[in-house]
Amino acid sequence: MVYNKRVDGRKIDELRPMEAKAGVVKNANGSASFKIGKTWAIAGVYGPREVVPRFMANPRHGILRCHYTMMPFSGSGERIKPGRSRRAQEISMVMEQALAPVVDLSAFPNSVVDIFVELPQTDAGTRCAAISAACIALADAGIPMKDMVSSVAVGQVDGTVVADLNYNEESYPAIVSDIPVAMLHNTKEISLLQMDGEISKEDLLKALELAKVATEKVYQLQVKALKEKYAVNNEDN
Amino acid sequence: MIVNKETIAELAKENKRLDNRTLTEFRQPIQIETNISWTAEGSARVQIGETVVMAGVKLSIEKPYNDTPDEGGIMINAELSPIASPEFEAGPPGMKAVELARVVDRGIREAKAVDLKKLCIEPGEKAWFVIVDIISINDDGNLLDVAGLAALAALKTAKFPVVDPETGAIDYKQKTDKSLPLTKEPLPITIYKVNGALMVDPIREEEKAYEARLTVGSDAKGTISALQKGGDVALTNEEIGRMVDLALEKASFLRKELTKGLKLKQ
Repeated sequence: MVYNKRVDGRKIDELRPMEAKAGVVKNANGSASFKIGKTWAIAGVYGPREVVPRFMANPRHGILRCHYTMMPFSGSGERIKPGRSRRAQEISMVMEQALAPVVDLSAFPNSVVDIFVELPQTDAGTRCAAISAACIALADAGIPMKDMVSSVAVGQVDGTVVADLNYNEESYPAIVSDIPVAMLHNTKEISLLQMDGEISKEDLLKALELAKVATEKVYQLQVKALKEKYAVNNEDN
Repeated sequence: MIVNKETIAELAKENKRLDNRTLTEFRQPIQIETNISWTAEGSARVQIGETVVMAGVKLSIEKPYNDTPDEGGIMINAELSPIASPEFEAGPPGMKAVELARVVDRGIREAKAVDLKKLCIEPGEKAWFVIVDIISINDDGNLLDVAGLAALAALKTAKFPVVDPETGAIDYKQKTDKSLPLTKEPLPITIYKVNGALMVDPIREEEKAYEARLTVGSDAKGTISALQKGGDVALTNEEIGRMVDLALEKASFLRKELTKGLKLKQ
C-alpha cells in the first residue's frame, strides 16, 4: 500500500526536467515555449486587438480568450482528429479562468487578447504546461499583469502525495488522483483546480500544500525565461 | 516591416529585394530538426527565415479501399494555426490550408513516393495508413515550400510502431527500426512572378505583391508530380518553362539541405 518509489525514480516533490523560453513565435505579440518532461506547449499571444465576432466585445474591458490545441500527432496513442474537441474546449475555458485573476484588461475596452497554445508532444500535465507557457507569453507581450500564474499538477498515487504526475503515474494500477493546480505567485491563491480520481480531504490539503512548493519551481523558471529574453545585452531585442 | 506592393515590384525589376537577396535565392540557413515529437512515428521542425513549420507522421492499420485491396494509403493534412499569423483564424481549415495540404499531398501521392503496396499487411483486410499533419508555427512567407520540406523530413524519419503479434494491436509507445517504404523524395517549390520577374521564397510582404505563382512538385530525377498555378494573371508557355526550370533547381538545392540536416542529426 506504500508508493514510495515513483515509476520514473523521482522524489515525491520532484518535477520532471523543465525548459522555458520566451519569444519563440516572431509574428505573435508575445510567445513562449514550455517543456516539462515529454510534454511541450508553445504559446502565442495576439492582441489587444479588435474582437471578432463583434458581439463578444465588452465595452468596459478587454477580454481574454484561450485556444488550446493538441497537434494531431501529439497523443501517445492514435492520431487525434483535428478540430475542437469537448476536452479542448473545456481546457481552453479553465485556462482563461486560471489566467484571468492576474490579467488587467481594463485599459482595452472592446478588445481581445488571444492566446493560442499548440502542443507538439504530450505526456500528462498538458493544461498546466499550457497555462505556464501562456503566462510567460502574456508577460512577453507586455499585457498588464498583477502577478504571475504558475501551474503544475499534484496528486496522490496509492496513498502517497506527489508532484507532477506523468502518464505512467496517472494510469498506475491503484487509487490515483491527478489535480492540476495553477497558483498566483504573490498571494498563493489557486486559480485552477480540477481533479480526476479519488482522494481524502486530508490528502487533498496535503497535495495543495505541495502545490505551493511545486508551482514555485515553475515560477522561478518562468521568470528566468523572461529575464533571458530581456537581458540588456541581448541583441535580439 | 510595412512596405507597399509597388516598392517590392520596383525592386524585383532590378533583381533586388528587401533583404538584399537575389530573386532566386532562398533565405539561409535552412534549419531542419527531426524527431521533435516522441508521440509521432516521425516528425520534423523546419525553419526558413522566420517561417516555422512542424510536421508529424501517424500510422494506423485500416481496411484497404475496395478498389485497391493490396495497398495502404497516405494523406497529408495542414492546419494553419492562428498562432502563426494575425491573418489566420481559429476554426476549420480555410482555403489556404486546404490548398497547401492538397498540393503537398499531390506532390507525394502522384510521385508514388511511398510504395503503398508495401504498406499492405493482409490484402483486402489490413494495411498501414500514413497521415502527415503539418502545423504552421510562424508564417513569414513561403509556407507551402517549408511545409513540403517538413512533411518529407517527417516521412523520412518515421519508424513503424510495434504490433502485438497476438492481438494485432499497435503499441504506439514502442517503435521498430523499420522505416517507411519511401522510394522518392518529391518537394514542392513555388515560383512567384513579380513585375515580370521570377522570385523564390518570398517573405510575407513579398507574397502579397505577386501577379502569378506556380508550385511545382518534383523528385530528384526532375520528374514533375504536382503543379498548381495561382494568382489572377495568366502565364505564357515560355514563362512556365522558365518557372519549372527554376523550381527543379531549387528542389534539388532543398533536397541537399535535407540530406545535410538529417546527417547532422545522427
